[in-house]
Amino acid sequence: MTINITMAVTLAGLYSIGFYLLMQRSLMRVILGIVILGHGANLFLQVAGGPPGEPTFAGTAVLEAMVDPLPQALALTAIVITFALTTFLLALAYRSWALLGHDEVQDDVEDRRIAEAERAAREVEEETPESERVAGFEAPEAPESRPGEDDEEARLR
Amino acid sequence: MTFLVALPVLLPLLAAALSLVAGRSPRVQRLMGVVVLTAIAAVAAVLLVRADSEGPVVLRLGGYGPPFGITLVADRLAALLLLVSALVTLAVLIFSVGQRITDFGRRTASTAFHPMYLVLCAGVSLAYLTGDLFNLFVAFEIMLGASYVLITRRVTAQRVRPSMTYVIVSLTSSLLFITMIALVYTATGTVNLAAMPEKIAALPAGVQSSLAVFIVVVFGIKAAIVPLHFWLPDSYPTAPAPITAVFAALLTKVGVYALIRTQTLVFVHDDSWAVLLGVALVTMLVGALGAIAQNDLNRMLSFLLVSHIGYMLFGLALFTVIGLAGVILYVVHHITVQGALFLVSGLVTRHTGTVSLQAMSGVARAYPLVAVLFAIPAMSLAGIPPFSGFVAKIALLQAGAAVGTPMAIAVTAGAVVTSLLTLYAVTKIWVGAFWGPPTEPLPDDDPNDDVTVGTGSTSAAMLGATGGLVLISVLIAVLAGPLADMSARAAHDLLHDEGYRSAVLGEGNG
Repeated sequence: MTINITMAVTLAGLYSIGFYLLMQRSLMRVILGIVILGHGANLFLQVAGGPPGEPTFAGTAVLEAMVDPLPQALALTAIVITFALTTFLLALAYRSWALLGHDEVQDDVEDRRIAEAERAAREVEEETPESERVAGFEAPEAPESRPGEDDEEARLR
Repeated sequence: MTFLVALPVLLPLLAAALSLVAGRSPRVQRLMGVVVLTAIAAVAAVLLVRADSEGPVVLRLGGYGPPFGITLVADRLAALLLLVSALVTLAVLIFSVGQRITDFGRRTASTAFHPMYLVLCAGVSLAYLTGDLFNLFVAFEIMLGASYVLITRRVTAQRVRPSMTYVIVSLTSSLLFITMIALVYTATGTVNLAAMPEKIAALPAGVQSSLAVFIVVVFGIKAAIVPLHFWLPDSYPTAPAPITAVFAALLTKVGVYALIRTQTLVFVHDDSWAVLLGVALVTMLVGALGAIAQNDLNRMLSFLLVSHIGYMLFGLALFTVIGLAGVILYVVHHITVQGALFLVSGLVTRHTGTVSLQAMSGVARAYPLVAVLFAIPAMSLAGIPPFSGFVAKIALLQAGAAVGTPMAIAVTAGAVVTSLLTLYAVTKIWVGAFWGPPTEPLPDDDPNDDVTVGTGSTSAAMLGATGGLVLISVLIAVLAGPLADMSARAAHDLLHDEGYRSAVLGEGNG
């Protein structure tokens, strides 16, 4: 099949913007990344059908001039699915914002626990609130962790 | 008879809709869930017998001929996995019902749980039965969409971020899946798995292998193959225990199934598969070592899950009949054992009020039955004879030794080491949780939060469901002979796929 250069460039742009946004720290940008990546993927599915042609209704055109209808059906299904899941993701992001009050993707808590254990081994004198917080992840009866504060520290590090 | 193939997908979807309507009466919802899952198990058993005696059962939806219409195919592998999955989902459903009844201050059943659970089951069934790539994508989306709702249900501040990670990683892999379908369609002009092989074979070698690698990446994220496993130990443990059990037992295995199906049916085996052997080795070792480093019971089990995905990959990468037979046996064993272990973890945390292995102690003295229920699947996971894990592992090790290339021997050795590391990890759980003097359960810090941690009594239903799963895993060991024969026949089908292809394409007018 022939390659439509405009579509190829558009697809490349959508994919790179999507993946770039996916790597960001802010949750809203990550979601926008998913949305743009979704557009790219659905457009790609559409392009997979080959060059544009006549509509696929019997008797309206010769068979050779018609487009391949299958990718269109597939793209339609994929669009509906990505649309529904994006809506769910937005609702979840709103809930996350309402619960945590900020929009940053945090570090992995268990990785941080191991990193902090190493650090604590190096310099034995540690502040008390720090060690209390580490214990908070291991034993749930300790006072609840403060995600906002965690994040501050993560950024400082 | 062929209409039976549609039932495992249609029944749970219809029941999910009815269950939503019956949201106000939890009893009707529960009854419906149990009846439907039992029915699926029965249908799967019939399909298995039929597929074994008469070859794949094929249903063409809407009467469209292949390769244009949607086909559902139940061959030996699909029917076998469908049967095991139905039994596990049934046990987990009974467990969750039991947990909900005894929850303090959580007396009301959620309207969302039962419909979503049934939708999840429909997605899993469709993934096993589907005969084309795009339908496989739809099956994954049905399954994952339901799992997003289940993992974020009644989400709290501590759980919202890990579930967000899960949703975003899964969505990204789904978008890669769409991209992969677009690439495959551009290259071959079909999405029907049975029609694909000859089209693929006509492509240049470079295109063939890049498509194969792309498929491995897409399903590798779903199956949690190292280095694509990073999301799993973070997100799975945050869900309530029964939900984690069904995710761990089924969702990753569906990824493995998709890998097996596409790699055996569609692509040609060549030397580059040695890379897959290497990936299998790394997955086994990283998972097992990661598990040992953990202090959280559920995180440890999640890492062990990653580690044992490596075994399945190992058998697939060998690409011989006995290797694939080993994989099928391993998948069947692992679905039941991993589900049972997470359910036991649910029982343990219910008694101790914590997931920390340092904080819990003495469960064996206080609740001997729970200790027995843990010991059997744990030893099975580590591959100690005479349990099911031993049977499955021996099959894989034999297959590795039979291939005999240096790489295969190295991975076989790695599999033995991983087995020992797994034994060490489950011993660590045993020492931490079950030995020592019994402790008072830690108080439930938030009675409205049905997270993994939550002190409370356990009900007969929870114990019964866990016991049932353990019993199935013991049965797998007892019936190892017939099951191994069945796996060998299924593996033979996979490598000599003319039967599958002619059954799907043959009688059609397309």
